[in-house]
Amino acid sequence: MTTNLADPMAARDHARAMAGTRADAMPVLPPAADDLPEGVSANDLVWEEMIAAGGYATRRLSRGSRLRLIDLEGDACASLLIYNADMPTERLNVADTVKVQWNAYLGENKLLLSDMGRVLMSILYDEAGTHDTFCGTSNAATNEAKYGEGRNSGAFPNGRDRFLLGSAKHGLQRRDVHPCVNLFKGTRIEKDGTITPQIGPFDSGRSMILRAEMDVIVVIANCPHVMDPRDEYAVTRLRATAWRGPVTPQDDAARNASPEGLRAFENVEDYYRR
Amino acid sequence: MTTDPAITGLSGTIIHDEIVPARAPWLHHVAKGQTLRVVDVEGNQAVDFLIYSAADDVERYSAQDTVAAQGNLFLKTGSVLLSNEGRPMMTITDTSVEYHDTIGGACSCESNTLRYGHHTKAQHACVENFLEANLTEGRGKRDMVPNINFFMNVPVEEDGSLGIVDGISAPGLTVDLRAEMDVIVVVSNCPQINNPCNAFNPTPVRMIVTA
Repeated sequence: MTTNLADPMAARDHARAMAGTRADAMPVLPPAADDLPEGVSANDLVWEEMIAAGGYATRRLSRGSRLRLIDLEGDACASLLIYNADMPTERLNVADTVKVQWNAYLGENKLLLSDMGRVLMSILYDEAGTHDTFCGTSNAATNEAKYGEGRNSGAFPNGRDRFLLGSAKHGLQRRDVHPCVNLFKGTRIEKDGTITPQIGPFDSGRSMILRAEMDVIVVIANCPHVMDPRDEYAVTRLRATAWRGPVTPQDDAARNASPEGLRAFENVEDYYRR
Repeated sequence: MTTDPAITGLSGTIIHDEIVPARAPWLHHVAKGQTLRVVDVEGNQAVDFLIYSAADDVERYSAQDTVAAQGNLFLKTGSVLLSNEGRPMMTITDTSVEYHDTIGGACSCESNTLRYGHHTKAQHACVENFLEANLTEGRGKRDMVPNINFFMNVPVEEDGSLGIVDGISAPGLTVDLRAEMDVIVVVSNCPQINNPCNAFNPTPVRMIVTA
């Protein structure tokens, strides 16, 4: 019998002694950040988390909240799903996002649109410029083929399974996990339709800020891009920070960036006209 | 005896042959090994196309998995249409059109209000067709995913611009798909009248299944 088992309280003491341990990927509770943008009050901070390489995170964010993502070490891939928090059958529609804006490349003032003609989130700030609306995320089959295994419980978890777990924690099911966008890892399309991945690794610390235009559930998987040409499972930590903010004003640049986008805002404003 | 050009080159026995009227939905079960031919009867008609696994309809066509696996946005002869779990659902065994779109998705009443204006809300749209057909088998809005647009031409320009270019189809052109598993095919014969994908005039298509 080990010492630990000889004393029935030893397990409790051991467990309690771990509290306060710092790991390189973890949430900070209560949230704290010393690098909030000017004018943002620490009291408005709602989320601070370091998302593990190969990990995932999910959060409900209120309308007006800002979500800052930082590719801390230059090799993160933030695959993003978004649901309407009140009615998750409404969700990110990648096809509408690219079609309605007549452009497939994401960046500042671009909108992430739902399948109900409304804007879920808008991109307020983007210093990355390398994003992907086409390729979706990895699944067990692609990771099995590439890394030898792709199970959630293994060393090379895949993006789709990460989405399944994150979505399930809001009561959602396999049929709810839809096409996503990939932030920080990009693609460029050649004339003949060929997809050229832009995988990096990039300079560390590139950031972007998104604004929730509805009450949303975000699910983020941080797994290697499915077209990453490297043999190894290469991905680094992703930092997520969110704070409360005002609902988008009428003269907002993202709101007025295009007539199509403006109508998406009109539709969302109509939805909240209660 | 006259030869029907729409069945030229098809092998096997025709087990189903149906005209889908302009603007209408269509749902059909296609067994593994069978071939479905879609005929653009009058030309320039967009055929919005979804695939579900008959054994487990949570497994369904994934545009993103398909284009990532082939490293190209365009669907052509030889393209394997993958599911959200990475398995082959159907293969394009032949097509007389150079390539087909799978990034543009379907029109909906809601997205039409964004693209064309709020006055288009009342118009019939592909998502209405997909829902109408899917609801007969218990699938609903959660089962809607971006689809294939057969006979549609959606190139991506250098700056990311993504338009809808006038069709590269013509009357009588076809696409043949071999089922790699037992599948449910759901089609919206696109009712869109606000852009050139249907030449502003939806027309019938023909569905032929051989075994």
